[in-house]
Amino acid sequence: MIVAKNITKKFGKLKALDDVSVTFLKGECIALLGPNGCGKTTLIKSLLGMVVPDSGSIHFNNELITNKWMYRSQIGYMPQIGRYPENMTIANVIDMMKDIRKGIEKEPDEELVKSFGLKDMLQKKMRTLSGGTTQKVSAALAFMFHPDVLILDEPTAGLDPLSSEKLKQKIIQEKEKGKLVLITSHILSELDDLITEVFYMQDGKLLFHKKLAALKEETGEVKLSKAIAKIMIAQEAGL
Amino acid sequence: MKKLLKYVIVDIVQNKIVMIYTLLLLIISLSVFNLENNAAKGLLSLLNIILIIVPLICVIFSTIYIYNSSEFIELLVSQPLKRRTIWLSLFSGLSVSLCLAFFIGAGIPILLYNADATGFMMIAMGLFLTVVFVSIAMLAAGLTRDKAKGIGLSILLWLYFSLIFDALVLFFLFQFQDYPLENIMIAFSFLNPIDLGRIQILLQMDISALMGYTGAVFREFFGNSTGIILSFLGLITWIIFPLIISLKKFKAKDL
Repeated sequence: MIVAKNITKKFGKLKALDDVSVTFLKGECIALLGPNGCGKTTLIKSLLGMVVPDSGSIHFNNELITNKWMYRSQIGYMPQIGRYPENMTIANVIDMMKDIRKGIEKEPDEELVKSFGLKDMLQKKMRTLSGGTTQKVSAALAFMFHPDVLILDEPTAGLDPLSSEKLKQKIIQEKEKGKLVLITSHILSELDDLITEVFYMQDGKLLFHKKLAALKEETGEVKLSKAIAKIMIAQEAGL
Repeated sequence: MKKLLKYVIVDIVQNKIVMIYTLLLLIISLSVFNLENNAAKGLLSLLNIILIIVPLICVIFSTIYIYNSSEFIELLVSQPLKRRTIWLSLFSGLSVSLCLAFFIGAGIPILLYNADATGFMMIAMGLFLTVVFVSIAMLAAGLTRDKAKGIGLSILLWLYFSLIFDALVLFFLFQFQDYPLENIMIAFSFLNPIDLGRIQILLQMDISALMGYTGAVFREFFGNSTGIILSFLGLITWIIFPLIISLKKFKAKDL
């Protein structure tokens, strides 16, 4: 579904992505992990065409994405920090997104709008919302248009436990429909029952890309968090 | 593009700064016309205020607006939209709302007190300058990622067009005062949109006679319809040129 070959991106002297090649297939739920500043967000943004890689190619459904834009109608993206025009109400923002995505046959999926209780505050302006509520709006928008690919950058950061549980259920539900889900998160304990594969990056390089089961077997741990911690410690010892 | 434009305009029109700007223009123009018993005199005072305030507010407001919308732009770029559409929607949104503010704040009083050719020219030039300086702001915001630098750059550009450019031209004039410079002066005026606007309005006001021989040359060049069309074309170039450069920059930008 998404194939990236040898992408390199430099910001000044810093190599944010260093010759990264990946293949993401349908039906997978992949965790992008790695220490802060390892290039996770840059990778996501390259897939979305928000960052233009210095070299390398990215194909989406066998089509090169350079200067293309239609392919993004099949992606639902939830940014780390979503910010919206201050004077717009939640209803305005949702309407605008519906306008932008006009042309899809299916009815917009407003399940998250309902379950997050956004229905009761549709007339609130975006600037008056708390960080968590803004995240809820971002999440609801990412799932609204039945995308084939979901890219979630720190989806549960700032959400209360109940809402983040609702979001997790939604992610599992979408995964079972055979969609590709990419998640970055530092809260590893949440990812255990979500993901099927782990994609680990460090200093802009891909360290490994393995099935979750294989990873657990290798490290001899049951929990993802322990397994990753083991690898990180081993890495540091190696340096 | 239309669908996006609607939301950008709704957002800007509700902005407090734009409301204050409209109100400020309204107060200035009404008080100027009421202080002078001669509407033509009022128009002249208004001219000088408009040539300073309109570019300043437009350039600074637009620059800040673009920087403040950076996250929103990021969101839009992740949607199935062309970058070109996003950038042009922002530009059109800013232009339309600031033009609307100018028209309500200064245009309507001018129409009420002095609805002749001079008044119309003044409204046209105010609208042109609004769009030109929105375009220049897009350029300043497109050139640098840093908000402080971008705003600094747009203030500098404003300062250049309203003060420094004229000072440079004066300096040039004094240095070469032994030579006939009238035609060069006409060429120079195309290098500054504010000057183009000023000349057109002054020529409409029939006070170019006070400007001596240069005034006569200007009158001959700019006073007829060819001259008016040429200066409009000059202003349109001033709109398109910075916009295209900024669009190129935006297309290659990492968000």
